[in-house]
Amino acid sequence: MGLAKRIIPCLDVDNGRVVKGVNFVGIRDAGDPVEIARRYNEQGADEITFLDITASHEGRETTVHTVEQIAEQVFIPLTVGGGIRSVDDIRTMLNAGADKVSINTAAIHNPELVRQASQRFGAQCIVVAIDAKRVADVDGQPRWEIFTHGGRKPTGIDAVAWAVKMAELGAGEILLTSMDRDGTKNGFELGVTRAITDAVDIPVIASGGVGNLQHLVDGILLGGADAVLAASIFHFAEYTVPEAKAYMAERGIEVRR
Amino acid sequence: MAVIDYGMGNLHSVASALAHVGAERVVVTHDVEQIRAADRVVFPGVGAIRDCMAEIRRLRCDELLQVALTEQHKPVLAICVGMQALMSHSEENGGVDCLNVIPGTVRHFGHPLHDADGQRLKVPHMGWSEVRKVSEHPLWNGIPDATRFYFVHSYYVTAGDRSLLAGSVDYGVCADAALARDNLFATQFHPEKSHTAGLQLLRNFINWTPAC
Repeated sequence: MGLAKRIIPCLDVDNGRVVKGVNFVGIRDAGDPVEIARRYNEQGADEITFLDITASHEGRETTVHTVEQIAEQVFIPLTVGGGIRSVDDIRTMLNAGADKVSINTAAIHNPELVRQASQRFGAQCIVVAIDAKRVADVDGQPRWEIFTHGGRKPTGIDAVAWAVKMAELGAGEILLTSMDRDGTKNGFELGVTRAITDAVDIPVIASGGVGNLQHLVDGILLGGADAVLAASIFHFAEYTVPEAKAYMAERGIEVRR
Repeated sequence: MAVIDYGMGNLHSVASALAHVGAERVVVTHDVEQIRAADRVVFPGVGAIRDCMAEIRRLRCDELLQVALTEQHKPVLAICVGMQALMSHSEENGGVDCLNVIPGTVRHFGHPLHDADGQRLKVPHMGWSEVRKVSEHPLWNGIPDATRFYFVHSYYVTAGDRSLLAGSVDYGVCADAALARDNLFATQFHPEKSHTAGLQLLRNFINWTPAC
């Protein structure tokens, strides 16, 4: 038996509360992050990702405290992302108990941050988050670009080329979110998932759009992802982690049980 | 119980996992007196080996570890890069001499890496892999063969003395997942991140009385 494909519940946290919106608009409250993280730990989630979407400085302090509380009670890997801009921010989160830190916009403004962080803390704890959106085809080939500001602002950067560059700079993992799909429950954007998993040697987490368990299976079998991330299907108890694993195992995917 | 802190990365999860399974007075430290006074020692590690070795030597953690192992005969648990640091030499960072506590090598997984079926394998080896128990050991108590543990590493250990192998993991190559010698146990995986199985191993460690 080989490496298990990972299921990663994601907590989008705003001012200390788990929320989940459709394309980041129309946010719903899903509860206390510590309690929810503990529930996923008990259910057998393989990792937990904590994305801080708080804008204010005070809110950031709350985040550090919440990460500390989760790390004391949850004994699976914890990734923290959102608002990470410097080596100091990374150190703060690792010291608070994060195992990995996810860098998104800051990598676009300053790609050297990825190299510095990887050299300082090791590639294993540096995740680069890529928010990709489908743009006009080039020569009949599909193309995806990186977008910032919750999918509103184009950067002109090709998502696949960017993933390759981030891996070269020392990223240990890619967290790929389709901004066309995030919050839609229509399933992952499999084209960009496949393109990136084929292009890099580091693991890729597929994110954005999970509405049912078949979507998780498709992300792995068709998209080639090493891990699948989902939020609302777990938060609102539509499915549990063991149900997801049972479904995946029935379709021939190796999971940890 | 002392968790040796040589300034590389997050050691709180090791300490909180030990406290969670009942360890009393866990200190995260590089203080000579605290480590000498501890009844058990954990030697963790994350990050790149060159920086780790430099800090281990600068803070004299290598000497403390030797004292704990061979003079005081305390139970010692080495984790991940802590295990790699015990070997003779690592290929990482262009080649780095390690502590040679256990003669052996640390090599890169290689590129490209494939499993027995020809499937491409990603590096780092990141996630949950089955560990084959190669020998019986008190730290395996209550942990079935082929239990999955959480790994994250790009370099793997091969000990020279194969009789020290306690567990192995298959990831394109057959890598040493756990080594055991007298009062020393070392794991490539992270027990503190390996959910119930990892906590069981840590519980076994705090209850372990080595024969020597």
